[in-house]
Parts: sequence; structure tokens; C-alpha cells
Amino acid sequence: MKKDKKMTLTLPAEELMACGHLACQGCGAALAMRYMLKALGQKTVLCIPACCWAVIDGPYPYSSLDVPIYHCAFETAASTATGVKAGLEMTGDAETTVVAWAGDGGTFDIGLQALSGAAERNDDIIYVCYDNEAYMNTGIQRSSATPYGAWTTTTPVKHFKTQPKKDIVAILAAHRVPYIATASVSHPEDFFKKMKKAKDIKGTRFFHVYAPCPTGWKSRPEDTVKLARMAVQNAYFPLLEIEDGEKYTLNLKLKDKKPVNDYVRIQGRFRHLTDEQIGSIQAEVDARWERLLKLSV
Amino acid sequence: MKKVMMGNHALSYGAMLSRSQVIAAYPITPQTQVVELLSEMCADGTLDARFIKVESEHSAMAACIGASVAGARTFTATSAQGLALMHEMLHWASGGRHPVVMGNINRSMAPGWSIWTDQNDSLSERDTGWMQYYCASNQEVLDTVIQAFKVSEALMIPGMVVLDAFALSHTYEVVDVPDQAAVDKYLPPFKPEIRLTPNDPRAFGGLTGAEHYMELRYKLQKDMEKAPALIEETGREFEKMFGRNLGLVDAYKCDDAEFVFVTSGTAGFTARVAVDELRRSGVKAGNLRIKVFRPFPFAKVREILKKVKKAAVVDRNCSYGAHGIFFQEVKSALYGEPGTPPVFGYIAGLGGRDITTDSFKEVAAHALAKDRADEEIVWIGVKK
Repeated sequence: MKKDKKMTLTLPAEELMACGHLACQGCGAALAMRYMLKALGQKTVLCIPACCWAVIDGPYPYSSLDVPIYHCAFETAASTATGVKAGLEMTGDAETTVVAWAGDGGTFDIGLQALSGAAERNDDIIYVCYDNEAYMNTGIQRSSATPYGAWTTTTPVKHFKTQPKKDIVAILAAHRVPYIATASVSHPEDFFKKMKKAKDIKGTRFFHVYAPCPTGWKSRPEDTVKLARMAVQNAYFPLLEIEDGEKYTLNLKLKDKKPVNDYVRIQGRFRHLTDEQIGSIQAEVDARWERLLKLSV
Repeated sequence: MKKVMMGNHALSYGAMLSRSQVIAAYPITPQTQVVELLSEMCADGTLDARFIKVESEHSAMAACIGASVAGARTFTATSAQGLALMHEMLHWASGGRHPVVMGNINRSMAPGWSIWTDQNDSLSERDTGWMQYYCASNQEVLDTVIQAFKVSEALMIPGMVVLDAFALSHTYEVVDVPDQAAVDKYLPPFKPEIRLTPNDPRAFGGLTGAEHYMELRYKLQKDMEKAPALIEETGREFEKMFGRNLGLVDAYKCDDAEFVFVTSGTAGFTARVAVDELRRSGVKAGNLRIKVFRPFPFAKVREILKKVKKAAVVDRNCSYGAHGIFFQEVKSALYGEPGTPPVFGYIAGLGGRDITTDSFKEVAAHALAKDRADEEIVWIGVKK
């Protein structure tokens, strides 16, 4: 006889993010923030550059978060966070976790130099890139995190993005920072666990968090978690950890790796793609997965 | 204690005596010795500060802002291209009300590459909401850094201490280094009312609609308007403790003067020599060196210049399509005031070309021969 499964809440019930924020329906980035704060707790300071979250927390004089926020310039999430950490330490607060919380544009593009600088110095910050794969806050323009094939307002259907997404995790691994993790809003417990682990590590810790965006992906708000889960299960966005730039751990081995087709087909931004073009996405995903399998041995 | 030091090291000593807690800087000629000495001071414990060796000036100012909002006293230094790269963050520092103090070594903007002095780098940042002090000696550089922290932290407005490349940055002078205990008395620790801390969670600088933004900028201007009196007050306090006054302007033989040079930076000391020579030849000359450019000391300039017959502003800068930048400020100070003298505008010394006593004599000869200031710009020492 099957026993009744007991449901246990593994994430803390305490909420540091209040309702009344300004995210769109089904926003992956809003979930990501909520889960991160559950892991880091109240002794946290956020540096948020221009990105969706520059608006989501609420306009002056409001904030939907119970942790302090410094709204910084677009390209300065990492450098501002470095300064905040130094400033807190010099005024007697060595405990507080300082987080740079940026979108993909602020990380992959305009903020990459400052991020590289902080990573090379191994500054004691957690840098989180919530990736919705385009400049969503300004109205869905392509970034270097936009994947091959996607429509955006600057890569129209007739001229969709033909370059693959920049491999930001590999760039950070090349800096040999102590800890890198990918996470997805579909796997909050995994995200929570990694964030808890990162909190106790010294130096630059980098999170690449997959955050679907119904507005920009032309997907249904109720499909956000589903899409994020599909991306994990088809290895489009594998869950992994890298320690010291060398030690790769794949958190989900994916014995039954799903094809990307279903994932691509339920997003309006890929609607124009032919089967052949989706085939090339599949080939790229497979190649990267094989590479990761070798690296994680 | 008296020491022989270069202008750049005067900045470093100023930052050290002010007990800067976080320094973030990127090297650029002719600023390098400022940060070299500071990194040594941080390494050997002379200064208890964190030195963040950033990968650009943009990040330098961003890190200073972060450290400042966290409650630390912060310092940086740069020059020309570096200052221009910081431009966005200069607005951020003043708009966010972070009292960062920065040394800027005046260097001409490229192209062509130049490492020599003129003021177009700092004057291009005129409207960023920073206080700007133009120094003429290494002593003044060191003293002004300490005063700038005091004024900036009282008003929560950042301050820029400006000195000429090479003419000051690499020139060695005797500098009286104040006693640390006395400086501590003059400049108590930085204790901002509000700071970035989990103990008091606030959001700084979020999206600000039309119903709030203007008031934030109104307050910045209102506090900037308090700066002239505060600079004079803290300057007198400094004089009481250290014997040297730090005012808005340095008026040399202006009391009975009929003809006055208006100058800034090291050219302001060269002008004194020219004034003495002119006086020997019977011209009642004077020199008004403007030390504080932002906030502009309108009242002080008006008070001194309205008593003279002619004023000649010598600018080491040019607002292309207009004229010298100090020239326009001086004219603006005098406009509408009855009985003001004609003001002549000269441009000299761009790209590090020397401004000598002969340059000033040429200026005087030109101005004294004319009744009206009918030219927008007279170029001194230019090959036409």
C-alpha cells in the first residue's frame, strides 16, 4: 500500500519581499528575488542597476523589499557592491552580505567590465544575474544573452538573432572565482541551497538565474515555471556549480534529456523558426551538454 | 612638521590626514603618484583604509559612491580622460548626496594626446553638482582636501580639489604637514544621518517621478548656496588652528587696485609677480585668484571688482563657440550691477603652454590700451 506523502515546507516561510511590487504577471525575476532573500535573510544589502528590478521594487519613496537597496548606474552593479562591502567593513559591519543584482544586459553587456574587475580582485560580493534574455525593461531589445533565433524589437522576425548566447558562466569560470552556480525559478530548493552555500563562501560568488519573461518571450504568464523547468530538463539551461573555476558539478544528471522543440514552440519569440533552425538550437544545446558532462567528470 | 613634497603627494597626505576609509582609484598620468603613495600608506598601516584597485575610473567613482553610502569617508583622484569617463558617476555622487572628495589634476583633453595642463577637463564637469576648488600651491592642496571633507560632509555634496598638471602635480614645494591630532579635532569622523544598512532598510535612488524629482534638485541647489559661507567659516576655523586661511578667493593687492587680473590655479601665483612689476611701473594692479569655482563666489567677486576700473580674466580653458569659462562667470557676477568695470577675456596656456609674467604683461598692455571690451576672446601666445 502506498503511504500518504507528507508535504514539508523546505523554504523558510518568512517573506522579505512584500506584495505590491511592480513586476509583470508571471515575472521570473520577481520569483528569483523572493527565493534569494529567503536564503540570505535580512542582513543583506542589494545594489541594483538599471534593469527590470530598478522598477519592480517600487518608485520613490516606496520599496517592496525589507532589505536596503542602492539603485546604482547601469554598468556599476559589481563596482558599487564592491564599494558598499568596503564601506560596511570599514564602519564595523563585516557580517552583511552584499549582493549585486542585475539583469542580463547589465551583466553580459554594459556591466561586464566592472564584473570582470570585481571577479579578478575576488571582491567579497554575491553577483546575481537574473537572465530574461533581453533588455526587457526598455522594451525587449536584444542583449548578448538573447539566444539564437529569438525575436526581439531590435532583432525583428526578418532579421532574428543569428548569434548564439554569450557563455557568461564560462567567462566567470575563466576568472577562477570561488563559486559559480546556475539556478532556475522552477527549482527553488536547489536555488535556496546554493545561495545558502554561497553565503558562507568568501570572495566573488556568481549566480546565473534563469528568469522567464512572459512579456518579452511572448509566453503565457502561467507558463513561467513550466518554461523554466523545461529549460532545465532539456539542458537548454543546465543546473550546475563550479568551484574555483575548475570543479564542475551538474546538479541534475538528466538521464532522460528532453528535446528542445516543445520548449521553443510555446514561446512567441521563436514562432518564426523552421524545424531546421530548431534543429540547430538542439545541436548547440547537445554540444554544450556534452562539454559539461566531460567537465563535470 | 615641514616636508618637501610634490603636489600629488600633497593630495595623498590630505587624504591620509583626513583619515579616508575607502579609496578606489585607477592610474592616469599625471595623477599616478597620488594613488601610489596612498597604496603604500594603506599597505604599511599608516592609513587604516581599504584601497580598491579598480579597472576603470568609472568603477572608481561607483565604488566610492557605494562606500560613501555605506557610511565610509571616501577619496579618489584622477585626471582628464579619467574624469570624463566618470562623468555619469559624478552626477550620481551629487544627486545621491554622497560626499566623496576627489583630487583632479588638470590635464588637457585628447586628441591629440596631451598630459599637460589646462582646465577643460574639470570645467566640463561644471554642472554635475560638485564643489570645485582650484589650488595654487601644494600647501593649499593639502589643506583644501581636509577642508573639502569638512564642507562636503556637512552639506552632503561631493568636492573636487583641482590642481595643475606638472606646474603643481610634479613640482616640489615645502609643505607644513599638520599634526594628526589637530586635524582630527578639525575634522571629526564621518557620521551620516542615513546610510545603507540592514538595520534601517531603505531604498536609495529609486524611480523618482515628476512629483518628487524637482524637490530633490531644489534641495541640492539650496545646500550648494550654503557652501560659500561654510567655506569661509571653515576656512577661518582652519586659520585659527593651523595659521592658514582657506577662502573663496585670494585677492592680492586688490584694495587700491585700478586694474585687476582674474585668475585661477597656478597662473594665479604667476600673476602676483606681474602685479608687482606693473606696480613698479606705475600701474595700480591687483590679482583676484578665484579659488572656489563651484559654488561660484558671485558676491565676493562683485564686491572686489566693482571698485576697480578694468578687469582682465585669464582663462586656461575655452568653451568652444563661446569664450573663456571664468570670463563668463565673472561677467555674470557683474551683470546689472551699476558702475561695474569693463571685463576683458583672454585665453592662454592651453595644453600646458606656459603662462608667464610676460603673458600677463601682454594682457595688461592690451587691456590698458582699450576703453571698451569689444572682443569676446583675445588669445595670448597663440601661433595664428
